[in-house]
Amino acid sequence: MCYIIKLQIVRGGTVIDFNSVSKIYKNEFTAVKNINLKIDDGEFVFIVGKSGAGKSTLIKLLLREIIPSEGIITYNEQDITKIRKRNVAQYRRKIGFVFQDYRLLPKMTVYENVAFAMEMICSNSKTVRREVPLVLSMVGLSDKAKYYPDELSGGEQQRVAIARAVINKPETIIADEPTGNLDPDTSKEIMKILTEINKRGTTVIMATHDMNIVQAYQKRIVELKRGVIIRDIKTGGCIDEPKEI
Amino acid sequence: MMGLASIGSVTAVLIILGFVLIIVLNVNNVALIAKETFDEIAVYLYDDVDEKQIEELGKSFKDIDGVMGVAFQTKEYALEKLKEDWGENAYLLEGIRDNSLPNTYIVQLKDVENSEHVENQLRTFEGVEKVQYHKDAVNSLIRIADFVKKIGTGVILLLLLISIFIISNTIKITVLNRQKEIELMQYIGATNGYVRGPFMVEGIMLGFFGSVIAILLITLGYRYITNYLAIRFVAVLSGMSGYIVGVEMILNDLIIIFLTIGIGIGILGSLISLKKFLSV
Repeated sequence: MCYIIKLQIVRGGTVIDFNSVSKIYKNEFTAVKNINLKIDDGEFVFIVGKSGAGKSTLIKLLLREIIPSEGIITYNEQDITKIRKRNVAQYRRKIGFVFQDYRLLPKMTVYENVAFAMEMICSNSKTVRREVPLVLSMVGLSDKAKYYPDELSGGEQQRVAIARAVINKPETIIADEPTGNLDPDTSKEIMKILTEINKRGTTVIMATHDMNIVQAYQKRIVELKRGVIIRDIKTGGCIDEPKEI
Repeated sequence: MMGLASIGSVTAVLIILGFVLIIVLNVNNVALIAKETFDEIAVYLYDDVDEKQIEELGKSFKDIDGVMGVAFQTKEYALEKLKEDWGENAYLLEGIRDNSLPNTYIVQLKDVENSEHVENQLRTFEGVEKVQYHKDAVNSLIRIADFVKKIGTGVILLLLLISIFIISNTIKITVLNRQKEIELMQYIGATNGYVRGPFMVEGIMLGFFGSVIAILLITLGYRYITNYLAIRFVAVLSGMSGYIVGVEMILNDLIIIFLTIGIGIGILGSLISLKKFLSV
């Protein structure tokens, strides 16, 4: 397994910075309020909280799907709230996104689903033929390249989704409840892959409400409640030892 | 299936649009010919105006602003022409000993728009008995042509909006079927242009095929109608052939207009239907 997710040329320093960010929707619902959060390059961060806590809004803000009502979000010192609509695509290429429901294209094979992400950013076919098998090997699906999504288990489908998220070598992976539809053993497999990706230098932000996983992996934990960060536990901490901020 | 419905709707809209265009073109043509035909003013002179005065009047008429030229027509020539026009019934004029027809100047206008000004000037000359001009007929034709143009433009605009709506709905169905794929493309970092591409091509193809079918049907239909009228009403139309715009005269323009509109409708329809879905 020789696939290198990212060449770590610059390490350390803040990659993502939420500065006093609030999001109030049109129906006047405050989804997140006064969020101050810095995520460093190469970190693995769990965003935890119950449904409606604001996890999805935080992810949408980071993906520049929505813009904050107040505050600034910077990604590598670039204010993403000010990115023009036509430049959003370029920004998103720095981020790989893993959905809870995998979002694989049912009429495409595993290989084609992964290659699709490369084609979207106009990679040449030679590069696609070289890179896709490497990534499929990394997620352990080399032998299932010609399978269709409905011929795979949930865990396998999520691995394809991860392969698709990393194929374009993003700086950051955002995973929204990637183990939400999976049993504990399969969840462990997914976590193993995400941890591996993180070890190779990619920043990983994972939204989850599975506290077993959170406690098992000893990573930084940011807990949201009603749109507010109520705890930010640094790497190696434990959710039972809350660190109020 | 929806694709066929879209092609059908574009074809239907363009056919109606084609007929409206043809009507507008023909009415315009008639108005234009009428303008050219009626760009003369007849100036009747009193009987007591002598030859010298007639000559001077001719020179003065020529100097009026808006007059292109003048031609004198003696009362004898007028009688001969009348006999000619009456044809078989000309013998009825044989008994006339005293030619009561007036000496006449035919004043040709540079532009019918100037007719009123020239007409008023001509009336002021001594020796002029009457000035006759088919002003009402020309004005009525111009009014009808304007009316048809306005109504035609309105109908065409309405039809265009309807077809854009139909195409955008067709594309919307395709987009809805592929909504997840489109969202995925955007999350991955595909540009809006890349996402739009296939749908734009689909819209363009729908518009293109719709226009090609419409061009064929309109051309064949219009040719059939003009041929039918020419055979059926040969006597009536013999003198009117110049008033009907031939298919060959409009075919090139029709192809350009229909393809532009058809493809334009396709592009607009695609853009409208995609706008909502490109907001992720």
